[in-house]
Amino acid sequence: MRRFSTKLMLAAGVSLSAASFAGPAAAQEDLLKMQANSADWVMPTGTYDNHRYSALKQITADNVGKLQAAWTFSTGVLRGHEGAPLVIGDVMYVHAPFPNTVYALDLNHDGRILWKYEPKQDPNVIPVMCCDTVNRGVAYGDGKIILHQSDTTVVALDAKNGAVAWSAKDGDPGKGETGTSAPMIVKDKVYIGVSGGEFGVRSWLSAYSLKDGTLLWRAYSMGPDKEIMVDPEKTTQLGKPVGPDSSLKTWQGDQWKIGGGATWGWYSYDPQLNLIYYGSGNPSTWNPRQRPGDNKWSMTIWARDADTGMAKWVYQMTPHDEWDYDGINEMILADQQIGGQMRQTLVHFDRNGFGYTLDRATGELLVAAKYDPAVNWASKVDMDKSSPTYGRPMVVSQYSTDRNGEDVNTANVCPAALGTKDEQPAAYSPDTGLFYVPTNHVCMDYEPFRVSYTAGQPYVGATLSMYPPKGETNMGNFIAWDAKQGKIVWSDPEQFSVWSGALATAGGVVFYGTLEGYLKAVDAKTGKELYRFKTPSGIIGNVMTYQHGGKQYVAILSGVGGWAGIGLAAGLTDPHAGLGAVGGYAALNNYTALGGQLTVFALPN
Amino acid sequence: MVKMPPTVTKAIFLLLLVNVAAARADGAGDPAAITSEGGKYLDKDGNPTFKIGPDGKVDYYSYAGFVRYSANCLACHGPDGLGSTYAPSLVDAMKRLSYGDFLATVAGGKRDVSTAQTLVMPGLAENKNVMCYIDAIYVYLRGRADDAIPRGRPSLHDDKPPAYAIAENECMG
Repeated sequence: MRRFSTKLMLAAGVSLSAASFAGPAAAQEDLLKMQANSADWVMPTGTYDNHRYSALKQITADNVGKLQAAWTFSTGVLRGHEGAPLVIGDVMYVHAPFPNTVYALDLNHDGRILWKYEPKQDPNVIPVMCCDTVNRGVAYGDGKIILHQSDTTVVALDAKNGAVAWSAKDGDPGKGETGTSAPMIVKDKVYIGVSGGEFGVRSWLSAYSLKDGTLLWRAYSMGPDKEIMVDPEKTTQLGKPVGPDSSLKTWQGDQWKIGGGATWGWYSYDPQLNLIYYGSGNPSTWNPRQRPGDNKWSMTIWARDADTGMAKWVYQMTPHDEWDYDGINEMILADQQIGGQMRQTLVHFDRNGFGYTLDRATGELLVAAKYDPAVNWASKVDMDKSSPTYGRPMVVSQYSTDRNGEDVNTANVCPAALGTKDEQPAAYSPDTGLFYVPTNHVCMDYEPFRVSYTAGQPYVGATLSMYPPKGETNMGNFIAWDAKQGKIVWSDPEQFSVWSGALATAGGVVFYGTLEGYLKAVDAKTGKELYRFKTPSGIIGNVMTYQHGGKQYVAILSGVGGWAGIGLAAGLTDPHAGLGAVGGYAALNNYTALGGQLTVFALPN
Repeated sequence: MVKMPPTVTKAIFLLLLVNVAAARADGAGDPAAITSEGGKYLDKDGNPTFKIGPDGKVDYYSYAGFVRYSANCLACHGPDGLGSTYAPSLVDAMKRLSYGDFLATVAGGKRDVSTAQTLVMPGLAENKNVMCYIDAIYVYLRGRADDAIPRGRPSLHDDKPPAYAIAENECMG
């Protein structure tokens, strides 16, 4: 079941168009229409374009200071809570990390439980999940709630009563293949990604039938053209066809078979272009010396046909990664005026510290600029179209862990492997034309060394130490970004990395959470703080908003954990102040403890 | 099964037996280095231990332990062995665990299930990246637990002993 022939892919495409007059088309119209209703929050990303912007405007810059906690709900799980709940009509759907409990809550009765679903999973999946047992949320489509479990089981639940409609197994946790990402539903398909870049998993994106859970196609991040669903003549990178064996040619021998390139980020969809977008993660191992070549198509932005899965264009941001700058972060689809011309753009804040603006129809690179001034591993991205290194980062040799070699510690590389931003999604406000980006402000020492591969065992190959940039004490910033120019408009420093997804609203307010547990509201124009409330645990979830009974609510999951729970629970060291001198960077566990709670806010009546 | 130095294999075997009779760990005992074997220091009971010079220079095992710990254990147990939101601090745990307890736990894994949490550690017996360096990781964590090795990368360390390099190549294959 791991290989899919072109014939099968084409067959899937054909059967789709033949059937498109029936149920599937209705599901698509439903979701396209439903996402435009700002009273609901129908998908993990809010809308297909991943703006995380709401037209609701009862809560404004003037009155947000009066916000109060309206009701709260405990998930009963004490692990990192990423993602956000869905709201559809009178019902809120709340998910939890392992064991992946799902609750349907009645909004007419302060979150009374309508139904609860808790899958039974083998706990042996827990230690093969890199960086906590997080789950980034459930998806809705065609009357079903789709849950992607830790053990990679995909299960469809009846949205009315939680009854299982179908179930499918996407991967094998015994090989380090695990599930953390939120599904995305387009038309009659459910897209599912996989985690396991630190276990040498050759990763993929799967498309399942929303109706019955049949696997329709699977597109790998590396391997033969057929398996990565790339057309050598038609699939382009920076305007040129990728040619035959575009992935295989960039790996030594069979290394692509354990090549990584995980797909656990957020997906977006453009209904006009009929393309879905996502990023692939780091190549395995973290030791670059052990895998010579560009390691395509790890670290890549993918644009695939939403029906057939065939790649329209690709762009590899960090060829031959040497720092774990996993490329999975979200693709935000916004139309912007660039160089006097309206462009259909895709904006992506990569782990590598560059904010990319591309033409999402063609994959043309328009802007690539550092969104944290501390970024130092590359001087810039080559924007000269006639240059042989066009589109590639200009690596600063001092920070090249490959050049410095195995068993050598490369110091003061910025950003750290966490990236200038990790999965925590940014928001875009069409009102201000700005992107609101939660960032990490952390650098690292990186020492690669030889590792051996065993299926299902960690396959890492580097040792890291992380700390704030030299001379600074804040480990995060919440910034407003102009993606047309590639410039920071304002920047609010935060003591810890900002690991919460942002929300922009028509009320001129932008929301985000902090690792200490604060929900914060800031002015969309200036970044001035307007409101803060300390929730029971650190926030790594995404802020969402909805309207019920004519009233606007804002909701956030608290529950510290995830990768942020690894490094920051212990506090980062400061090598510049001498070993052991950590007082300046007080540990996060002085501020917050484990939790798992939803807090819902509203203005007083 | 990864091919390990015979002393390690023997110790795991013995401790698995001992564990049945005595579930409580008795700690590692006095860490003072009494002898050395090809760059590896041993305490009075013959268990691996650290050796720190007056200038803070650490023995090679302690240093290699820091490197291998950080690559293979940090993702759950946090930087410098300090624990994370979902795995315990090994700086604390090593205050209780004997060398044998440590080897048995690493090789066999552990499960701690309560109403609040399900904590699971995998058995790492098959993982060469861990088992070929198990004594180094032990020595490093022992030094952390005894507050002899500070947080972060040891700034000075002994050169790689030839015996270490030979054993490493044999084990990693």
